[in-house]
Amino acid sequence: MTQHGWPLFEVFIRSKSGLSHKHAGSLHAADAEMALLNARDIYTRRKEGVSIWVVESKAITASDPHDKDSLFEPADDKIYRHPTFYSIPDEVKNI
Amino acid sequence: MYTQGLDIKSDDKSVPLEAGDSERALAFQARIDAGEKIEPRDWMPEAYRKTLIRQISQHAHSEIVGMLPEGNWITRAPSLRRKAVLLAKVQDEGGHGLYLYSAAETLGITREEMVEQLLEGKAKYSSIFNYPTLTWADIGAIGWLVDGAAIMNQIPLCRCSYGPYARAMVRICKEESFHQRQGYELTMALAKGTPEQHRMAQDALNRWWWPAVMMFGPSDANSPHSAQSMQWKIKLFSNDELRQKFIDVTVPQAEYLNLRVPDDDLEWDAENGHYRFGEIDWDEFYNVIKGNGPCNKQRIKTRQDAHERGAWVREAARAYGEKRRQRAERSAA
Repeated sequence: MTQHGWPLFEVFIRSKSGLSHKHAGSLHAADAEMALLNARDIYTRRKEGVSIWVVESKAITASDPHDKDSLFEPADDKIYRHPTFYSIPDEVKNI
Repeated sequence: MYTQGLDIKSDDKSVPLEAGDSERALAFQARIDAGEKIEPRDWMPEAYRKTLIRQISQHAHSEIVGMLPEGNWITRAPSLRRKAVLLAKVQDEGGHGLYLYSAAETLGITREEMVEQLLEGKAKYSSIFNYPTLTWADIGAIGWLVDGAAIMNQIPLCRCSYGPYARAMVRICKEESFHQRQGYELTMALAKGTPEQHRMAQDALNRWWWPAVMMFGPSDANSPHSAQSMQWKIKLFSNDELRQKFIDVTVPQAEYLNLRVPDDDLEWDAENGHYRFGEIDWDEFYNVIKGNGPCNKQRIKTRQDAHERGAWVREAARAYGEKRRQRAERSAA
């Protein structure tokens, strides 16, 4: 919802270069520029980040929790996708 | 604690107290028992949702109102260092309020609704913020005792069952430790200063000790909703357990400062490894919770005035944002 017409934004912060942006929380702002400034004050008061993304919450499409099984369960029986599935004799090195 | 209001009988009969025993409710409880976290779009019992909305919004209101007693002293801090520290602390409280409002919004209540509840005096917030800050020493006592008590309560909440609340608490706890330490350091400067400064520190402890002990809420016997909240893991320890823990760690800190805790019945119980303490004035506690504390009316009035005076700023920002959106659309067309 909105605060006096201020939309909700989600905030993502890169904690240091080399790492990806990670969801930090959300906030209300009149526009994206103000959302960036607010994010800086609310979420990076202690050098938590070197870069901020903000995106309007309504722009995010999320998977439905009810679809969790149909989306993610098929991976359960495909253990051959993991390296530990394959047995290699100890004598064989560097593999 | 910051959500003592939960322990008080609510007029809102729409809040069911029990989760019910439907199949979904039992499956939900099983997830919590297994240590899983609940996320905003997961199914949850209405009672869980409503209890959490009340708990998190009361917590948020406490952070916001909590800025007022200390804000009172920013312009009168005795040095630039103390002023910078106090500004940073009060700014943190504002930030904590915002994390918590956001967490509550994930449960389907809007920010406006919560702000309105606070401004209309319908929402509860911690009783502690309805006491006045009479001297500079009170700023030390608040950091040391009030934030100390808050930490006792908030650290376990980092493990609570609702994901957005737990994540907000992790962020808050990281910041809260500075609040308590600056308060103790401030009190220490006074306690180890001139005799008059020591008297100031003692006077502040005398006035803040009991209200701080009351922050943990009614005794377990008078806290009817606790059992359900503990089953849902949105409360991890009982009021009396946390209160005891607070007293056990704080009394030695007072002794180190050569300050006297204002409780004639305070006594170390070597056998149990805990301090025994005197009877709490529950009449005072309930009176402050009901709105009759020394500063309840003043606190709400200050929030109302701030909200009204800021209305043009919110409106201008909204209009400016709208204008920029329209310009962007026109130039794209």
